[in-house]
Amino acid sequence: MSTNTFRVLFVFLLMAIMANPAIAAEPVKIGALFSITGPPSFLGEPERNTAQMVVDEINKSGGVKGRKIELVVYDTSGDPTKANQAATRLIKEDKVVAIIGPSTTGETMAIIPIIEKAKIPLISCAAGVKITEPVKKWVFKTAQNDALAVARIYEQLKKRRISKVAILTVSDGFGSSGREQLLAQAKNYNIQIISDETYGPKDTDMTAQVTKIRGSQAQALICWGTNPGPAVIARNVKQLDLKIPLYMSHGVSSKKFIDLAGDAAEGIMLPSGRVLVANSLPNSDPQKKALIAYVKNYQKRYKTEGDHFGGHAWDAVMLLKGAIERGGDTPAAIRDQLEKTKGFSGIGGVFSFSPQDHAGLTKDAFVLVEVKKKKWVLAKE
Amino acid sequence: MENSDQILQYILSGLSNGSIYALIGFGFAIIYNATGIINFAQGEFVMLGGMLTIFFLNVFQLPLLTSIALAVGVSTAIGIVFERLAIRPLKNASPLSLVIITIGASILIRGTAMLVWGKDTHALPAFSGNDPLYLMGATMLPQNLWIIALTAVIIMASKLFFHYTIFGKAMRACAFNSQAASLVGISVKTMVLLSFMISSAIGSLAGIIIAPLTMTSYDMGIMLGLKGFCAAIIGGMSSGLGTVIGGLLLGILESLGAGLISSGYKDAIAFIILLIILFLRPEGVFGKKETERV
Repeated sequence: MSTNTFRVLFVFLLMAIMANPAIAAEPVKIGALFSITGPPSFLGEPERNTAQMVVDEINKSGGVKGRKIELVVYDTSGDPTKANQAATRLIKEDKVVAIIGPSTTGETMAIIPIIEKAKIPLISCAAGVKITEPVKKWVFKTAQNDALAVARIYEQLKKRRISKVAILTVSDGFGSSGREQLLAQAKNYNIQIISDETYGPKDTDMTAQVTKIRGSQAQALICWGTNPGPAVIARNVKQLDLKIPLYMSHGVSSKKFIDLAGDAAEGIMLPSGRVLVANSLPNSDPQKKALIAYVKNYQKRYKTEGDHFGGHAWDAVMLLKGAIERGGDTPAAIRDQLEKTKGFSGIGGVFSFSPQDHAGLTKDAFVLVEVKKKKWVLAKE
Repeated sequence: MENSDQILQYILSGLSNGSIYALIGFGFAIIYNATGIINFAQGEFVMLGGMLTIFFLNVFQLPLLTSIALAVGVSTAIGIVFERLAIRPLKNASPLSLVIITIGASILIRGTAMLVWGKDTHALPAFSGNDPLYLMGATMLPQNLWIIALTAVIIMASKLFFHYTIFGKAMRACAFNSQAASLVGISVKTMVLLSFMISSAIGSLAGIIIAPLTMTSYDMGIMLGLKGFCAAIIGGMSSGLGTVIGGLLLGILESLGAGLISSGYKDAIAFIILLIILFLRPEGVFGKKETERV
């Protein structure tokens, strides 16, 4: 009996040794945290799709430095607690060398302590200014700051000599962050915020707020939120026949907004990454080639338009690829190479990191776009 | 600042929203009066109305009216299935258990809608265009007028139904005293089924007429259902004018509050009103009048 058991154990041991994957050509394990379900799914789903698409493309053309990339994706549903658990899992169990995501600022801030402690580089796809200000050694991000978006809008308002502005922001993290920026930067552009209204993320009717704004002296209305709220507001504005220019945030820079708002979307302007107007960019634009390729490939694979949000994941994966190719293998080396990235033409903009700047973009990452005949076009400055 | 214009605008918007709350509250009241339970899945039928119409419109390319009719039909069918499978087998359960079952059903319907149609928001085209109409300094969309008009029609129709048809009177009899009703030969089970059918139909219609303004998604039923419930409580769960006035009052107060006090607290206003009513006058503002609990 015991000889038999010994033999069985021996065979198992042999199998275990043989099942060990070859030491050469080990895949590079990259972790990804996206909110594929939950309220921020409009961010997480295109991000996950894009990341998968880019990784497959890279692997098809030989991988990075001869090694394939293995993407381990966890769905956080926009929940900081889940993000925490998933991040710990990626670091301790899956032993990834870098993490991309999460999709929202709240989740990113929640996992930063784990990231810093484990010394794994993180490239977040969220936009909050707090993520990279103050600079944290291991944390980078690819989504444009909402501070930059506000600056872009205010720049144009100043050029148009508009000084009295009404703002209508959603009462969630994105909206309050935008509101903070709108209030903080106003005086730099000689702008006075004469009406500061809010609405709830699930509200279906904002005519009360728009009525109040209609009765005020506002010369322009800036609305800060993500779908569907701004679409309802656009309709309410048309219904109440409010004639002042209407600006939105980059939170609705997708075709979905035009679909929802219908005729009411005409003439609305907002700051957006260049991906929405890829075809109408001048050929001298360094991002044009990458943008058009991205839109085409996303359309082919997922049968829908690649948008601004998926672009954040594209940038994150490609930045990592660049860093690994330039000599990073270990998490620390990848981090160092990331920090040295200069002039990388991504979907969100042209990135240049430095020890003091882990966000890498300037306000030129945004262009002002306008809805004309149900399509996004570059707005005339 | 043209203050009076603004107030008129708030009131008109409030009337439009209030009509929807009134319709939904109606659905709550009808089922409550027939069975003694609060059907918390009522909001989901509102959602189903809008989503199904969009589904038939976009996927099968049917004309608007056909889509609406089909959507109401399917919602009613779902209401029947719900009643048969979840309510009828448990006739002797306590009302509390039945309420919890309706909450469970609402989660089920919402989850299924999310799986079938995704989490996206969808827009329904307005019934007669998007150009605003001007009324004494305030503006309304044609859709707002549709909402108010259709609500009035539905309320009047149900008034006629409940008071002048045999089925309506039978339902009122059940609400009054189900044992006595069954003794005189009224099938209480059928009346309960009928109440669910009417509630689902009215609920889905409410969802359809508001969808062009608010757009629909799989979870629009939650808030609307709760506010409709508030309207019904304010009206004392009456199947008549009480709930209608409750709904309109709620809509107007909400709109005035958001415009004059603070827009951030819009939802809070509805629930504050509910709490005040429950503390001060739990039988509803019109409770006393409706001793017959129709």
